[in-house]
Amino acid sequence: MSLKHDIEFTLNGVKRRVTVDVTMTALAMLRDVIGLTGTKYGCGEGECGACTIQVDGMSLNSCLMFAVDCDGRNVTTIEGLANDSKADALREAFVEHGAVQCGFCTPGMIMQADHLVRNECCGDTESIKRGIEGNLCRCTGYKKIVDAIASVSGAQN
Amino acid sequence: MTELKHYFAPTSLDQAVECLKDGDVTILAGGTDLTPQSQAGRLKIKHTLMNIRHIPQLSGITLEGKEIRIGTLTTITEIMQHPLIRQHLPVLADACDHFASDQIRNAATLGGNICNASPAGDTLIPLLVLDASVELASMPEAKLYRHSMPLSTFFVGPGKTRRSLCELVTCIRIPLPAEGHVARFHKLGTRPALDISTISIGIAGTLKAGILSNVRVAFGAVAPTPVRASQTEKALEGQRLDAATIEKAAEVAHNEVKPIDDVRASAWYRKEMIHNITKRILSHVAQA
Repeated sequence: MSLKHDIEFTLNGVKRRVTVDVTMTALAMLRDVIGLTGTKYGCGEGECGACTIQVDGMSLNSCLMFAVDCDGRNVTTIEGLANDSKADALREAFVEHGAVQCGFCTPGMIMQADHLVRNECCGDTESIKRGIEGNLCRCTGYKKIVDAIASVSGAQN
Repeated sequence: MTELKHYFAPTSLDQAVECLKDGDVTILAGGTDLTPQSQAGRLKIKHTLMNIRHIPQLSGITLEGKEIRIGTLTTITEIMQHPLIRQHLPVLADACDHFASDQIRNAATLGGNICNASPAGDTLIPLLVLDASVELASMPEAKLYRHSMPLSTFFVGPGKTRRSLCELVTCIRIPLPAEGHVARFHKLGTRPALDISTISIGIAGTLKAGILSNVRVAFGAVAPTPVRASQTEKALEGQRLDAATIEKAAEVAHNEVKPIDDVRASAWYRKEMIHNITKRILSHVAQA
């Protein structure tokens, strides 16, 4: 029997109590215990960014985080951006610029882009490119993704 | 070694070191190394998994007298953006800027990077040339005991350090650099982000009237641990930083390192790059 632990945290603005395996990743908890499958499993080792979530306002890889470490913290997933006006602008920009191809990287890409926009870390396209270094798009549609983020952040060149 | 039986998230340093007394504890901080290592089965979690996140005195960056103290839980992003680091230790901020990706920098901690003891650890090279020391806490009797050791003596092999199983790294202390301080870091890899160094180089010293002194040179990914390069340091100490000194130092560096062939590069290539980049960094310092 694997060791279990009860945790309590805020998930997308709502308090949640969950029992998790102590060795489980935050990603596995979100997908398999809670059932929020918007956050994607890509590489499982922090290289691809498909599992990006925000914890206490910072973006991070949920595959590199223990589920128990969510205890007491404020977690936002792609589902949590559904009713958020800032994120609406990003979502519309991704559609408008054709920044979604197969779509697998999109939730992670939007979570990271949202983090960059909120922290004003994308004044120019160079900083957008640096900001999404941890997010891989296997369709290689980076140009359109960068354009979409730039249109929201007001970045020039 | 026993199976994982206990999860513990202490809220004070005393509780944490008390828990470490029996030594059968895996410490969780940012989790960016521990998670993939344990998920892939490369590392087995011990009897107790102790999450140190909720211990307030382990975070933050402060100026204490003539030292900068960086709490073990401070994230790479926090270091990179902190005004004290940018003002006094820009070489450390620069190395943090080359560290993995934004998501990993937001989670990974300085103490974690040190205790993971990778020969290629990005913060370790600048910390070595900044003469950093590691503070460790334990509870041998009923009282908290702290001691420090120079970071240059802390590493003993890949993933291995002189931290005993009963000890917790609480902070890193870095002396404020003297007037005329110069320091540079260079990480060589195949892509700018999320890369493990092929080699990395740090050089620091005091430059006055063209003469370099208090020289410290460190190399990453050329030995089982990050290493100080004493022969290269000797070749530079007290010398005028002219073309002849720079070429001599680059040659000494080339001969001093004993890298291995692995998936990232051959030993031959690593030695060539140590030579070329040592030369490049010193030339930049001389021209600055």
